[in-house]
Amino acid sequence: MLEAIRDALGSEMAADDRVMLMGQDIGKFGGIFRATDGLLAKFGDKRVIDMPLAEGAIIGSALGLAISGLRPVAEIQFLGFTQQAFHQIVQQVARMRHRSRGRFVASMVIRAPFGGGVRTPELHCDAIEAQFAQAQGLKVIAPSNPYDAKGMLLSAIRDPDPVLFCEPLHGYRFIKGEVPSSDYTVDIGKANVVREGSDVTLIAWSAAVNLALRAAEVLSMEGVSAHVVDIRSLLPLDVDSIVAAAEKTGRCVIIHEASLTGGFGAEVAATISSDAFYSLRAPIERVTAPDAPYPLAAAEQMFIPGVERVLTAARRTLETQ
Amino acid sequence: MDSSLAPQLSYHDDPVVPLRLLEPDGTLAAKAVSPMEDEQVFRALRLMMLSRAFDAKGISLQRQGRFGTFSTVHGQEASVVGSAFALDPSRDWIVPQYRELPALLHQGLPLEQFILYFNGHPAGGRIPDGVRLLPIQISLAAQLPHAVGLAWGLQLQEIDGVVLTYFGDGASSEGDFHEACNLAGVVKAPVVFFLQNNGWAISTPRSRQSAARTFAERAPGYGFNGIVVDGNDLLAVYAVTAAAVERARAGLGPTLIESQTYRLGAHNTADDPTRYVSQEILQAWSDRDPILRVQRYLASRGGWNDDTASEVHDDISRTIDRALAAARAVPPPTAKDLFEHTYAELTQRQARQLREYDL
Repeated sequence: MLEAIRDALGSEMAADDRVMLMGQDIGKFGGIFRATDGLLAKFGDKRVIDMPLAEGAIIGSALGLAISGLRPVAEIQFLGFTQQAFHQIVQQVARMRHRSRGRFVASMVIRAPFGGGVRTPELHCDAIEAQFAQAQGLKVIAPSNPYDAKGMLLSAIRDPDPVLFCEPLHGYRFIKGEVPSSDYTVDIGKANVVREGSDVTLIAWSAAVNLALRAAEVLSMEGVSAHVVDIRSLLPLDVDSIVAAAEKTGRCVIIHEASLTGGFGAEVAATISSDAFYSLRAPIERVTAPDAPYPLAAAEQMFIPGVERVLTAARRTLETQ
Repeated sequence: MDSSLAPQLSYHDDPVVPLRLLEPDGTLAAKAVSPMEDEQVFRALRLMMLSRAFDAKGISLQRQGRFGTFSTVHGQEASVVGSAFALDPSRDWIVPQYRELPALLHQGLPLEQFILYFNGHPAGGRIPDGVRLLPIQISLAAQLPHAVGLAWGLQLQEIDGVVLTYFGDGASSEGDFHEACNLAGVVKAPVVFFLQNNGWAISTPRSRQSAARTFAERAPGYGFNGIVVDGNDLLAVYAVTAAAVERARAGLGPTLIESQTYRLGAHNTADDPTRYVSQEILQAWSDRDPILRVQRYLASRGGWNDDTASEVHDDISRTIDRALAAARAVPPPTAKDLFEHTYAELTQRQARQLREYDL
């Protein structure tokens, strides 16, 4: 996964000299996860920039840099830390095109890893992606595998609109997959069927897609065929693909790492119940974290959804006649 | 113990005298030389008077329900115009807050755009192509990191240009002020932070914003200089800003200018300053009116008399009336305006929602 991200950054910097990277510890150190490893040596300190420890200044100045004609890709070390720049992202970056009626555009990418299960200290791994899904003008995307990570990141950098690119911390290193070395893009705003099935539809994004795939494996041994959809893009949302996937089985399980109340699963569930109501054969299930603050590491395995909970929910939808 | 080894923790709060070139009676201060040609001063005065006249017109229209809530410049005209005149609109940028109408006009914004914006028309947010100006900022201090990024971006691309950004004493309490100044110092961005200390943030006095004796003295903490100027003195504001712009253009980095002025009007048309401003203070500042000061100066040099005053007044009235008529001629917004320019293209959902408006 990390290699795919590094590959996308390096190749786009080589192809487009407007592209610049900015963030904390991204230069010599190569980023705390090494996503930018080697890029300072290759592109120099005018294009790979170590920033002061201030998320608001990173995002706010990236907006100014974008207006000046550059294409900044800002790294925020953890999505939880974007809260320090929340007003810049939601009020300023997302709305610049709209406020200026198209004169100024925040053509920029904000990269930030998120998600639990990797024993980080407090406030690092919270799945707060839904908080950005109301920021009209921003695109919020979250790849689940290396192929999509490279293709979606290349699309994000080339996109005229600002993109929040949420990377899965869980699986950052261990999720493997074939990544072509060639240039390719994956469209933003398009969901993806990652496993065809006919009995129950599992809907997820980011690391939870891999959870859904593991659950689908177990279900297949029980003779249940699971249809797995990676929605990939929260904003804009691929309503047609989600509705089609729900209609295919009439039984839906939505999985995410954020707490239940107000989580993005609520949006997906509401969309399915209004647009695919007559195809539904069971109540829509949501497998999420409980409504509690993200705990310290020793308690996180109880907190984040695991395969067992996905299986329980899937079996429950199948019991409904 | 040797007293030189004792920790020195007391704060020096000796008063700081702002730079002044023009006295309130319109005479040049001792040893002062005007940094502006008389012709330039005349144009600046006209813009200051246009601003004052527009404030009066806007308040009157707002009271009749024909104009939206807006913030007047009243009292701060020298501060805004003097600083804007130090820029070259063909290469320099302004990143405004919302109380700087004459600077926006000087930069090239048509007055009708400003009127449309404060009338709540979405089209008012459009800055014409080629005008080096970011949209008005409502979220205080949020514009400061943008100004730094823009200035830094010009520098990285070796594009000639300096960015001047406006904000106030209240906005300087925001975290964005600190983050922006800090970054600007680190990257030596060609930016001028122009702080208008007008005494008030709505009803909160300057004394509740900071215990520092001046705002300017925060600058050395970020590795650059700060300077205090009499914000009601057109010539001094111009001189200080021009020097800061020159430094920025030469690659010497940012400057923080604290322009000490006074908000003679209300925070905005929804405010009632009689609840918190004393008449005595208001009178004292009215006696230092920035427009009167320039008129007296020009009069002493033979460049201002009753005839020129009346010509300028008539010219300004016509300008304002034309702009109001142009703004009135713009058709009201439609549902399309709600969605357009959110993204480069409408999303699947937006397209559906827009169609629902037409049903």
